[in-house]
Amino acid sequence: MKDGSQSEIEVEPGANVMRTAVDAGLPGIFAECGGACMCATCHVYVDQDSVQAFPPVGEVEEEMLECTVAERLPVSRLSCQLVVPEGVATVVVRVPDAQT
Amino acid sequence: MSVLESTQQAREGGLPAPGVPVSDLDPYSADVLIDPYPYYEMLRELGPVVWLEKYGVYAVARYDQVKQVLSEADKFGSSAGIGLTNFHTEEPWRKPSIILEVDVPDHTRTRKVFTRILSPKALNALRERFEREAEKLVTALIEKGECDAVADFAHAFPIKVFADAVGVPAEGREHLLPYGDMVFNAFGPVNDRFRECLTKLGPSSEWIAHACRRDVLTKDGFGAQLYAAADAGEITEEEAGMLVRTMLSAGLDTTIFTLSNAMASLGRHPDQWAILRDEPSRSRAVLEEVLRYDPTFQSFYRTTTRAVELAGVPIGAEQKILVFIAAGNRDPRHWANPDTFDVRRQATGNVAFGTGIHGCAGQMIARLEGEILLRVLATRVDSLELLGEPEVHFNNTVRGYSRMPMRITPRVAAS
Repeated sequence: MKDGSQSEIEVEPGANVMRTAVDAGLPGIFAECGGACMCATCHVYVDQDSVQAFPPVGEVEEEMLECTVAERLPVSRLSCQLVVPEGVATVVVRVPDAQT
Repeated sequence: MSVLESTQQAREGGLPAPGVPVSDLDPYSADVLIDPYPYYEMLRELGPVVWLEKYGVYAVARYDQVKQVLSEADKFGSSAGIGLTNFHTEEPWRKPSIILEVDVPDHTRTRKVFTRILSPKALNALRERFEREAEKLVTALIEKGECDAVADFAHAFPIKVFADAVGVPAEGREHLLPYGDMVFNAFGPVNDRFRECLTKLGPSSEWIAHACRRDVLTKDGFGAQLYAAADAGEITEEEAGMLVRTMLSAGLDTTIFTLSNAMASLGRHPDQWAILRDEPSRSRAVLEEVLRYDPTFQSFYRTTTRAVELAGVPIGAEQKILVFIAAGNRDPRHWANPDTFDVRRQATGNVAFGTGIHGCAGQMIARLEGEILLRVLATRVDSLELLGEPEVHFNNTVRGYSRMPMRITPRVAAS
């Protein structure tokens, strides 16, 4: 979290990271477009150890990552495009300072 | 009887899975269109999946099922059309849209081009122009004092700024609305509303076809950018023209109705208007609540791509499912006090623009238009008074108003 705190949420494989965060009421993931990959307001930094757990950035996601308010880093992803993979125990993502 | 009508009649012989609640509701009847929300409540309370016997289709009206159907595009497809007509077995009224009425992988290619042209970054360049036009429009509104909030406000803004952004000629823009009206009627049944719209369409269709041509569009608009994507080999020349048509049919009536619904809601709830007036910077959140509370798109269809299960109901392939997004936006299982227009609520997550891979590609420009226009209005106007009941515009799929007499009282300038 941007205030330095951490939250742990139980997730099932196949769960969408953005939706899980929003449903849990986590601050910092805005998701204005509700998962249509149109707004770049569910931006997260995926922890280096978790990067490999996800498929590479998609073409539409790539367009949107150019629109993030917070700095885009090599580990930047849009959480609406991330599905928790099978057989991965923990996924760590950091929430940027700003989404809008 | 036309081919379209006879196939629709044939479909009505279908039967639902055992145990599924059945309703005789006609969601396209005038009574429902005037005030659909009590009917939606009835559908939600019947169950997670309901059978509409009049049309031989399943319907979902609860938030979770609405979201699920829209999110699982592999099971609930769009290439059979997002209206009642099944393009796999029936004849569409026009050539299907190459972005709206297609599935993966065809969809991925065209969507990518739209996403780039309509991305937040691309839209930032339009902000200043939109603000200038909004100031002009609100000035004219204040000078009038008594106005028609549909013609003078909701209609005037998008027909200027959005059509300019696409790059269509200034002359003849009145043709854009009948065309959009037809497109949205066509997602419903072939009823009198549909037929009447179709008979009046000729000149508008011709104007639209002309406006979508490369040599007619301005050199710097969205239209020109679509043709540039054709030059780069991402899409074909013909596809570029079709995508310009999609922008024009999907991007105008919709935003116009959303702005009219905003004015109706704010006019009917002076306390909520006061919240916006006192803090104009809330305008984007206010618009979001309008989208939740009284969305323009009320419903559209998906079609099962194979045998699936939805909320425990087994559904065969090629079955139409009517997705009531406007009902999902008022589901008490998801929203506290859903029937209350509350501009302070966190309204994100509403499904007014759909969700998933087919979520509205124009939603960010629609939000930009609404955010700016409502903010400028709130900055300069003290009160809005409805001078009579707004007149509902009847359309099979989209909800809005055709006339809304209103008195606009400006703020008193600080001395």
